[in-house]
Amino acid sequence: MSIYSPPADWFKAPSGPERLWVGLALIWCIVMFIAMPYWHFYGKQNSTGEAYAVEPMTFMQRTMQFADAHKIREESGVPVAEVPPGGDAYLLARMWSFYPVLQLRLGQTYRLHISSLDLQHGFSLQPLNMNFQILPGYDHVLTVTPTSTGVFPIVCNEFCGIGHHTMTGRIVVVE
Amino acid sequence: MSTAVIGESLPVSGNHPAALVRSCDTTSLPVCLSAQRFVKLHAVAAVVFLLVGGIGAILLGLTRWPAVHLLNAEWYYRVLTLHGLNMLIFWILNFEIAILYFAGTVLLNSRLFSKGLAWVGFLLMLAGALTVNVAIMQGRSDVLMTSYVPLKAAPSFYLGIILMAVGALIGVINYFGTLYIAKRDRTYTGSVPLVVFGATAAAIIAVVTLLHGAIVMIPTFLWSMGLVESVDPSWYRITWWGLGHMSQQVNVCAMVSVWYLLGTLTTGSRPLNQAVCRGAFVLYILFINLASAHHLLVDPGVGAGWKIWNTSYAMYLAVLASMIHGFTVPASVEVAMRKKGHDRGLFGWLFAAPWSNPGFSGFFLSLVIFGFGGGITGVVLGTQQINIMAHNTLRIPGHFHVTVVGGTTLAFMALTYYVVPLLFQKEFYAKALCRIQPYIFGLGITLAALGMSFAGSYGVPRRHWDVEFTGSLFSTGFDSGAHVMLGILGIGAVIAFIGLMLYIGLVVAAVFFGRSNAGRAMEPWHEEAPAAGPALPEGEAEHRVPGTVALVIVFLLTFAVYYFANWKWLSDVWEVR
Repeated sequence: MSIYSPPADWFKAPSGPERLWVGLALIWCIVMFIAMPYWHFYGKQNSTGEAYAVEPMTFMQRTMQFADAHKIREESGVPVAEVPPGGDAYLLARMWSFYPVLQLRLGQTYRLHISSLDLQHGFSLQPLNMNFQILPGYDHVLTVTPTSTGVFPIVCNEFCGIGHHTMTGRIVVVE
Repeated sequence: MSTAVIGESLPVSGNHPAALVRSCDTTSLPVCLSAQRFVKLHAVAAVVFLLVGGIGAILLGLTRWPAVHLLNAEWYYRVLTLHGLNMLIFWILNFEIAILYFAGTVLLNSRLFSKGLAWVGFLLMLAGALTVNVAIMQGRSDVLMTSYVPLKAAPSFYLGIILMAVGALIGVINYFGTLYIAKRDRTYTGSVPLVVFGATAAAIIAVVTLLHGAIVMIPTFLWSMGLVESVDPSWYRITWWGLGHMSQQVNVCAMVSVWYLLGTLTTGSRPLNQAVCRGAFVLYILFINLASAHHLLVDPGVGAGWKIWNTSYAMYLAVLASMIHGFTVPASVEVAMRKKGHDRGLFGWLFAAPWSNPGFSGFFLSLVIFGFGGGITGVVLGTQQINIMAHNTLRIPGHFHVTVVGGTTLAFMALTYYVVPLLFQKEFYAKALCRIQPYIFGLGITLAALGMSFAGSYGVPRRHWDVEFTGSLFSTGFDSGAHVMLGILGIGAVIAFIGLMLYIGLVVAAVFFGRSNAGRAMEPWHEEAPAAGPALPEGEAEHRVPGTVALVIVFLLTFAVYYFANWKWLSDVWEVR
């Protein structure tokens, strides 16, 4: 009984089906554990957490300079920055917008810097459903290679105040 | 109330002062009257906060159902803050303190360590919860349960959480004190019962959890007062989740203990192998405290090695513990039923189980919903790379509504069908409604969680007022499938809310207006089903569990399919590192 003290000789090894299940479960746990380091080395999708300390104002200035230097047009009044292949792209999150719009090329690799001017925000790329955390003071670097073309909305998925649901941005990927 | 001094009727005499103990009229267990009072107080407080959280739940469910979209944005986030704290902290912690006081005294034949400490703990928890709720309703603390800095709440919000944590810690200390005096006074012989062992594991994890709460909340409180300049957001996240996730491991431990308890109360089950069950609880204590990493898997500033090691609770050893309990709990029921003569076929024991007993149905549904729903999704979402497709989407609430609600809350509801007749000594009214309540609640919460999980797979964020993004610069939206799933969430929320209100109504009616059963045994919840064969003699079929083996093999296959399917989906998104 679970509610009474057990007999004095309760300490014994599992036997029969119980032993089998403990073994099976342990093997499954080890398989799942190995999957993660395996994917880290051989998989194409990883979150390495690469980040650098940055003052929010400094990051904003960098993003502004980047957007001015690479602007090719505007969408809804927001500059569209074409990022040179292999280059650095900057994306600033703040209440309640992402700045600027980024234009990338299919199959090229970019270093995408994301950070926040104010609160914590979420970088959620739709409809791919790829999600990363944005923290003020942390320049979060994603080394990203688009493998599909089109217009990809970014939505904020970390609560950031009353206008949270209006916080959207955009990444455009062309051939 | 039948108060009797207990002497020779028990194998070992307890340490109860005269007239402060009664013998349970149903189980003959000695009930410390002082502990009984605090079990009642905490249980009543728990149900009140469950009601507050439940009203929040239906408002939120009806807001996320796009066709209804009930609340405005301001109230949505306010009610979300209220719902999270009342459900995850106030309801659950109060119920858990009640479980600790019960397990430490009744099952060990001991008195409560200190009545004074129990009062202080209870009043602090009550004051903390009220302070937090007032702060939220005043409208200056719309920061959600996590209150991620630099989002700032009123100082009283943080103060309330600190009071709550300190109160709970005092309750836990009182439990450890009770363990100590029970041991010192030799109120029991040999090892503590399994349920007490599990409760102790929960209490140990609770201490670590509540200390994290204090470490993170005190500087944040000072910061909100303007006395500290800033709190680092990454440090806050890692420490807060030491509170936020680990408190869920307290819930897991308490829930598993309740499974063992209800298995025994409803079917007379006993663990196949105590060493295995206890070993699994020890794995929780040793490894589950790493789980705060689950919330930082796509965070900047923490590396892949750290994420992989910690998210897997050091090679999934705590997952192993849950998989062990997931076997031993149904296996113990299977053996108990077979020994009574329900020995036919693979699942004869399961069909003959007391499904009309809400203590059993609630417990077994909790086991199934937690295992198949919560366990599998939890491990998959907590896989370092797969989390890229899940972080902060509705998949996360989809996971924890089948762990902490379909699992823990449903198990606690099931236990209530014994707590009220045995400790409040009151009989339930409308027993037919009691019998269907666990099914309604279990169905509702499972539907709601499925809706959340699948909507989240379409990318729908959690904690988000408007999936249409009305008023945003770049209009966007989701696949129509996501809207269907959000509708299922809404329908599930309505059904679960009906089950919840039924529970609260039945409990309130019984506790305050129920017929007293003092002096006689509680009315049994079920008649034993006629056995298919003769009862088996002692020593036979001790490990005859083919039905459970079949169930866990199905479980493992489901797990593997869902796990590898997620890796496949991940391989289809953009390359990132």
